[in-house]
Formats: sequence, C-alpha cells, structure tokens
Amino acid sequence: MGVKIQSHHSVAVMLNDQLGAKKRVTFVYTYRAWLLKLLLIWGFAGLIISGLIYNNMDADAKLRRKEVLVGMCDQRARMLQDQFRVSVNHVHALAILVSTFHYFKTPSAIDQETFAEYTARTSFERPLLSGVAYAERVVNAERDEFEKQHGWTIKTMDREPSPLRDEYAPVIFSQETVSYIESLDMMSGEEDRENILRARETGKAVLTNPFKLLGSHHLGVVLTFPVYKSKLLPRPTVEERIEATAGYLGGAFDVESLVENLLGQLAGNQAIVVNVYDITNASDPLVMYGHQHQDGDMSLVHMSNVDFGDPFRKHQMICRYHHKAPMSWLALICACFFFVIWSLGGYILYGAADHIVKVEDDFNKMQELKVRAEAADVAKSQFLATVSHEIRTPMNGILGMLALLLDTDLSSPQKDYARTAQDCGKALIKLINEVLDRAKIEAGKLELEAVPFNLRSILDDVLSLFSEESRHKGIELALFVSDKVPEIVVGDPGRFRQIITNLVGNSVKFTERGHILVQVHLAEHSKALMDSKTENSMNPGLHEFVALSGACQFNTLSGCEAADDRNSWDAFRHLVADERFCSDASNGMVTDEASGNVTLMVCVEDTGIGIPLHAQNRVFTPFMQVDSSTSRNYGGTGIGLSISKCLVELMGGQINFISRPQVGSTFSFSVTFGRCEKNGFINLKISHSDDLPTAFRGLKAVLVDGKPVRAAVTRYHLKRLGLICEIASSIKMAVAMCGNNGSLTPGFGSLPDMILIEKDSWISSGDEGGLNVRLLECKQNGYALKLPKLILLATNINADELNKAKAAGFADTIIMKPLRASMVAACLQQVLGVGKKRLHGKELNGSTFLRSLLCGKKILVVDDNMVNRRVAAGALKKFGADVECAESGKVALEKLHLPHAFDACFMDIQMPEMDGFEATRRIRLMESEANRRSNGGPTVGGIASKVEWHIPILAMTADVIHATCDECLKCGMDGYVSKPFDEENLYQAVAKFFEAKPFPDT
Amino acid sequence: KTGLPLWLLGLGVDRLRADMSRLLALLFHQGVLDEQFLQLQQLQDESCPNFVSEVVNIYFHESEKLLRNLRGLLSDREFSDYKKMGMHLNQFMGSSSSIGAKRVRNVCVAFRAASEQNNRAGCLRALELLEHEYCYLKNKLHEFFQIEQQRVLAAVVRYPIQN
Repeated sequence: MGVKIQSHHSVAVMLNDQLGAKKRVTFVYTYRAWLLKLLLIWGFAGLIISGLIYNNMDADAKLRRKEVLVGMCDQRARMLQDQFRVSVNHVHALAILVSTFHYFKTPSAIDQETFAEYTARTSFERPLLSGVAYAERVVNAERDEFEKQHGWTIKTMDREPSPLRDEYAPVIFSQETVSYIESLDMMSGEEDRENILRARETGKAVLTNPFKLLGSHHLGVVLTFPVYKSKLLPRPTVEERIEATAGYLGGAFDVESLVENLLGQLAGNQAIVVNVYDITNASDPLVMYGHQHQDGDMSLVHMSNVDFGDPFRKHQMICRYHHKAPMSWLALICACFFFVIWSLGGYILYGAADHIVKVEDDFNKMQELKVRAEAADVAKSQFLATVSHEIRTPMNGILGMLALLLDTDLSSPQKDYARTAQDCGKALIKLINEVLDRAKIEAGKLELEAVPFNLRSILDDVLSLFSEESRHKGIELALFVSDKVPEIVVGDPGRFRQIITNLVGNSVKFTERGHILVQVHLAEHSKALMDSKTENSMNPGLHEFVALSGACQFNTLSGCEAADDRNSWDAFRHLVADERFCSDASNGMVTDEASGNVTLMVCVEDTGIGIPLHAQNRVFTPFMQVDSSTSRNYGGTGIGLSISKCLVELMGGQINFISRPQVGSTFSFSVTFGRCEKNGFINLKISHSDDLPTAFRGLKAVLVDGKPVRAAVTRYHLKRLGLICEIASSIKMAVAMCGNNGSLTPGFGSLPDMILIEKDSWISSGDEGGLNVRLLECKQNGYALKLPKLILLATNINADELNKAKAAGFADTIIMKPLRASMVAACLQQVLGVGKKRLHGKELNGSTFLRSLLCGKKILVVDDNMVNRRVAAGALKKFGADVECAESGKVALEKLHLPHAFDACFMDIQMPEMDGFEATRRIRLMESEANRRSNGGPTVGGIASKVEWHIPILAMTADVIHATCDECLKCGMDGYVSKPFDEENLYQAVAKFFEAKPFPDT
Repeated sequence: KTGLPLWLLGLGVDRLRADMSRLLALLFHQGVLDEQFLQLQQLQDESCPNFVSEVVNIYFHESEKLLRNLRGLLSDREFSDYKKMGMHLNQFMGSSSSIGAKRVRNVCVAFRAASEQNNRAGCLRALELLEHEYCYLKNKLHEFFQIEQQRVLAAVVRYPIQN
C-alpha cells in the first residue's frame, strides 16, 4: 500500500517534470504580444521607404530635366555665338574690302552702287545683320570739302544738319536695306559714337548696348569695325590707331528676329524659354532678347555665357522651361507598388507568425494532453496491476481448492478433469501476469528469461487449453515436433507459450471445420528442404500411402485445403523422412552440436476463414481486426498478434503468414533458443515438469490411418511414450501385417501390443466386425497368444457411432483428440493396466528436488513478526533445512558475526529499528572487511578454506513490485521470495545458490 | 444422540473430515481465509504434526497483544503517535497474511490508510471492525481446530483397525 501511494506520487511528480521540461517555445511565441505592433511598425517603415523611393526617383527625374535644359541652353548659346561670329567675320572681311578697294586704290574702286550691290549679293553670308553701312571719318577741318565732294551735308540722326563738331562719321556707303541712314553722322548717336571710339582704339569689332534700332521696333545691337587708311604696324598704340582710322564699317544685328529664327530651327523650341541679356553692367542687365515679364518655370534656370567677340561686352543666355515640371508618375507608381508589395509581405509574415503562435498553442495543448494521456496510461497500468492482483487472489483460492480436490481419491477421468482445471487455472494466472507484462512490452522494458524448459510439454499444455473448444467444434487439433528439436532448450517458456497460445487461439477462433496443426522443426532443416524441392524418395512405404490416400482431395491433416501448401504432405514427408534417416543413421549426431543456439521454425496451420487480402497488411497492427464485425462475431481485442510479433522479434525471430480467404491461414515464426548443457539438476527439474510415464517403452503399436500427415502426428505422440509404431493405411493392411507375423517389417517379431485405428478409416472400411474376426482367426491359427488391444482415435464422435464402436469392441478404448502424450498415456494405462505404480512414484519430484537442495543447510530467518518467522521456518524445515531465527536486524547481525556457519539468510524487509536493506548493507560491509583482511594478511581463526565471505541473502517481501526487487538487488541481496512461501518461487530463488546433493534420505 | 462424543464411536472420521472441508470452504467463500492457509497446512507433516495450530496460536497471542496496544493508543485523548500505530498495523498485516487471514488483513489495510491520514474517527471505526473480524476468525479457527483434534483422535482410534 505504501509503495502504491508512493508510486502515485511519483506519477504526479513525473507529470510536473514533463510539463516543466517541455516548455520550450519559439522566439515568435515569446513575443506574440508584439506581433500587431510589429505589423504597424512594418507598415510605417514601408511608408517611409516608399517615400524615400519616390523622392529619389523624383530627384533623378529633376536632374535629368536639368541636364536636358543645360544641354539645350548650351547648344543654343553656342549656335548663336557661332552664327554671330560668322557674321562678325564677314563684316570684318567687308571692312578689309573697303579699306582695300576704297583707300588703297586710287581712284577708289568702290562707290555707293558697287557697295550696295556687293552687300546685297553677299547678305546671305550675314544672316544676322539687317544691313551694313560704311561711314567715313571726317574731321571738322575737312567737313566742307567732304560735303562738297559728296554733294550733301552731314546730318545728325535726327536728320538735321549736323552741328559743328571735331569729327564726323557720315555714312557714305550703305546696303540698300539701310539706305535711309546715308549721310547721317554716326557720331551723333550716343551708342554709335561710343562704339566708334572704342572700335578705332581697339581695332576690333565692337558692339553697342541693345537698343531699339532705327527703322524697326526690334531690339538690336550695332557692330562697328574700324577701317584703317594704311597698314598698321604690328603693335600699334592707341594713338597710332586713331591716327590711321579712315572710317567705320557698321552693321545692325536685329537680335530678336535673329534669335527667333535660330531657335525655330532647333528641336524642343516650345519647351523652353530663352532670354539673352547684356550684362556688361552686371547690376543692370539689359534685355537683348526675350520678354521681360517672368513666365514659365522659375524654379529651374540655366545661364550660359555667350561671347560675341567683343571683350568689352558680356552677354548671357538664360533658359528655363516653359511649363512646370510635370508630376513624376513613374516614381509615384513605383513607390505605391513597392508599398503594396511591402505591405503584402508584412501581412504574410504576420500571418505566418500568427500561424506559428496558433500551432504552438495547439502544440502546447497537445503536449499537455499527451502528458495527461501518459499519466492516464500509467494509471491504467497501475489499475491493471491492481486488478490483476485482485484477480490473482481468488484464482489462488480456486487453485488451492483444486489441489485439495486432487488429494482426495478420484477416479482416473475425474483426476484428469481436475488436473486440467488446475492447469487451466495456472494458465489463467499466467495470462494475467502476461497482461501485466503488456505494459512492459509497451514500455520496451520486457526482459526475456533464459531458463531451460521442455518445449514439447509447453506445446502440450497449450494444446490442452484448446482441446475442449476444438473438440466441441469438431476440428482436429494436432501437434508435431520434429525429432531433431532438442528435448530441452534454454529460453523464455512463458513468452514462447504466450505466442503459441495466441496463434492457436486465433486459429481455433476462426476455424469451423478441418484442422489446426502446430509443427516445430529446426529452421535450417526445414529451410534447406524448402529450398531444394528435390523429389527424392527416401521411403517407398510412405509413397504407397500417398497412392492409397488418393480419395482425399488434399494431403493435409484433415483433408481440407490449407493456405500454405508447403505444409502439405509433400513437404512434410520429406521432413519426416529426412528425420528418420538422420536419426537412424547417426543417433549421436544431434548431440554433436551441443553448444550454441538452435533456431526453430514453428508453423500454426489452420483451415479457417482466412484473412481477407485487404486486411493482410495490417494484421500485426495493434487493435486492428479485419473489420468491426470480426469482434462482434469472434470477440477479441486484436492485440494478440501484435504482442506475438513483439515477442518473436525479441526472441530474435521473425513472424509471417500466408493466408487465403476461405481456405485458411498459416502463421509461421522462427525463434532462437539456447541449447541446454546436459546438467544433472536441470534434468531433475525438467523431469518434474514433463512427467511422462516410461511404462510403455518398447511396446509395439500399429496405427491405422489413411491420412499420412495425421498418422505422422499420432506416431509422434506415441513415440514420445516410447512406443514402436508402424503405420498402415487401412484395416486390411493392418490385418495383413498382423497376419504375416513379422515378415513385413523386421522390427515386428511378434504381434503388436495394440492397434490404434483412426475413426475415419474404421468407418470407411465398412466391415466393423471384420477386424475382430480376422484377429480371432489369427489367434485360432496360433500365431499369437495375446490379442492386440484395439483403440479408436476420434476427433468427435456422435451417439450412433459410439454405440457402433462399443459394439465393435472399443468399449473403453476411445481416445478423443487432440492427442496429448500425457492423455494418451492415461488412456493406455487404463487399457493396458500398467505403469500406475511407477507413475505415482514420480509425483513427488519437485519437492524432493527442493529437499535435495535445502537438506542439511543452515539457514537464518530474520523477521520481526513471530508468526511469519514461524511459518518461514516451518516451510524451510519441511525441506530438511536447519533453521535458526532472529527477531530483528540487530540479532541477525550478531548471529552473522564472522565466522559463522550459516549457508543462507532469509531477510524480511519491513522491520522496525533496522530494516532488511540496512541489515544487508551492514552484513555486506562486515563481509567485505573480513575478505580484505583475509586476502591481505594471514587467514583468520584457522578457517583457511573460505577465502570469500558472501552469504546469500534473500529478501522476503509481501509485494513483489519491480522497484522493491531492484532495491533488494541494489543493497546487496541476492534475490527475493514473495512472502507467503510457495514451492516454485522458493525453488527458483534457492536453485541459484545451492548445488543439488544426492538424495540424503531415500 | 448417544451423549458420547462422536469420535469415541470411532466412526466419524470421514464425517469430521467433511465437516472440516465444509468449514474451510465456508471460510474461503466468505473471504475470511485465503490460499495461504492451505500452504500453511501443507507445511504440516509428521515431523511437526501441530504446526498449523502452533502457528495460529502464536498468531492469536501476538494479535491480542497488538490489539490491546492499538486500543490503548486510541483511547488516549491526546493521542498523536500514528507512526507507532502504523508499525503495529504493519505487524498485524504481516502476520495475518502469513496465516492467510485475508479479511483481517484487508481491515488492517483500511486501518492503516486511516491512520496515515491521521483520521482518528476512521481509526476507531477500523479498530472496532478489526476486533470484530478478529473475533470471528478466532472463533472459526477454534472450531476448526476442535474438529481437527476430534478427527485426529478418531483416526487414532481407528488406527489399529486400519492397520
């Protein structure tokens, strides 16, 4: 109880631990509260970034716009400048022309007409000039002469006769377009005068400010070139220039129309506004071209300098766009597009994170549920343990009462029934234990035992469990174990039994007619045989059987078709034949390979309903049945096969099956056992579990059976009892064998002791009385002194047949199948009346063995409870042990003070003051000290023989729970026995420590 | 009917045996005893012919002492030594399961559960029940041993005849 409470507690603790340990969460989950904020931040970031993108692209566009403007402006400025230069050059050329032909030639080669014509014809060279004129320098002294020569007076710009001046510059030659200025004094105009003065000082082309030209409303500038009378020195001074000046050639540039003309030729004229300024006086720029009022895009302006060739004057071209920069749609669209994508991305991320959070939440929930489910599972296991414990208790009562019953005087069948009931009860208890083990299988903690056991008796037991049911259903249940399979193998009998029970149980459940055959062969043997399907006929006699049993459709046990035809007689014959050959040829061969392992192949064949093809691949899945109707019709949970599979795999084998619907299934599995070294005490133990009488050794039997497989199975059972058996396929043949009196087979020197007849053969032979008559004939002929006993073998028999059988002389001698060696033995005993005595003598074997182990041993029993002490002492004394008692751990320590004479110690665990664990620890400590001393120094107290002190200490405990057992072993105990002593349990615990002695008292 | 004990007539061996079996079966059926008692009986043989009764007598002796102690512990008003009580109960439980006194043992289990919870009222109730069960067991076993004794005597009477 205490332990139970503790374990509950530990479950709770485990649950908490798991909850704590599994709380690992992802980053996203930790910051799940921030998700929405993060999404908003993300959105803001998107807005900002898209704004930046927009700005960037917009700036780019502006830059490009500016570059375009600069390019256009510069291009215009350059063109204007070039055109201007060309015109200036031409005027220069005209100036040279005038100086050449007017002054250097005498008389002058130019007059007004020539000049006018020439200039008119070359005006295309000067597109910028509205016209050119030549004005001669006339000093005041020469005025009169000049006026006389030309016949007109010098006039001012206002067309009045010029007042008196130092100098005059009247126009003498003029192009026709400006003929109206002839005779006008150029010096009278303010701009012209300045121009003239500067021109003659510098000797270069000189420009005026822009002003409204005479005769037109356009703005314009006047270009003035000086014309010198004589060739100038290479570096003339200003005075020299003024001195040499003969006149001035001038031309008016109509800048406005010219520029307009020029711009009209260029692309993109409409887009930009061009202004040209004279910025000689930087503070007051003068407009040369363009409108004074500011229109167009004022934000973007480009200025280009224009050099018209006059170093004194500076000009500038200012360009700007006509229209304001258009909205940058591309940038806007790009930014919007980016923002949309960014938002979508953010939303997707948010969605993902949200999903992660949800999944994590679910995961946590699941985790919690899982932990709970696991806790529930543990609780279930505990419940199972408790319940099965509770079931075990009444079962023990049943078993006890059965044991009492068996002690009373019972008739042979009654005894058999009672024993069967007891066996079944024991099997049930074992099954309950197996249910307990299921938890272990699930936890993967199953440990396999390795104890020697008798394979055949285990199989017998299993079959006997199902014998009633199979008999009831009328199906034949049979067992065949190959002779080559060792009698005793080392392995886990419980598990092996569990597997077989399960498979046979399934077969019985699903089979309504036909047979169930369990076969055990050596794996390599059967495999080799399956591989090489050589048709070798070892035994001609057996061939004969096949020929005779042609009536059967299939050569199986019952004649029904089986799923795996490998198991039919064809293969079976070889196995049996081969076996016979081997055992005949070399009896010692089996023991040759005494060491190592032996791999067995076990087949369970049935002729049941089979497994539907669609369900075949999930046969081994736990809780899987073919369909829901299966459990309705047949019951069961469907866990059996999965457990079997686990167990087989644990045993180092494989399980598989062949199944055909409506034909049957054959499950076969391989399993590896250890070979048993032939050791005395194991033999004793085994003979206890397989107590077949030996009274029938050497008796001869004839078996009449038409079906060879069945015959082989029957012979196997008879052989185990030591009978020598011959097979006849029909009664006639059997009679012939008896009649020939040994001439047929050398083994039969005389008449057989018994004739076993299969019911089918007997019915089919038709003449029921025939056999008896024939036998009687034999007797009368004096062949034999004693009639062989007749025994009928039957699976099921109805009342009619029973009567018939009785009439035919099988009064008490019907053996009901399935055959078991022990049952056959019991029947034969009844029939032959032998072997009863010897059988009785054997029954005491188990306790005598225990007795041989314990007899004369000195054993200390430590228990604080007087009753328990007394019971334990009584139990041990019964087996001849010399028992001494101690009522507490302290007393035990004193008694076990070295050196002592005890052979073993049984120690209670729960004791006041000093419990069993503590006492054991102290004893072990004491022993190890003594061992050290004796090993290191001289031997103590003359006991030289015992070098190592180690007294076997066995715990006595009421609750055999694994934890307790583990603790027992941990603190130095050697084993444990559950408290109410039980022979088997005691044997298992004690057998480890004591060698079997020969029987001290017989 | 004769006034003489049956065994003196030397006829009742089988009948006594049947009585014993019936009594045992009844006790098993009621759950008073379990299979451990059978085990105990199996330990009895020629070398120690009175083994069972010997053990059971020890059991009675010990148990009465324990019951007295328990009663004493519980009757104390300011009682708090549940640990000691648990130890007594463990003892009682151990010896009861050793002789197979199943019902007594089960009551002990309940008793101990109550004592572990420091439930005084529960302990008192359990003690009453325990005393009751114990008395019942004691009476029945006494009856059983009486029959056994008669049987042995009857067997002795019959002994020469059988031989």
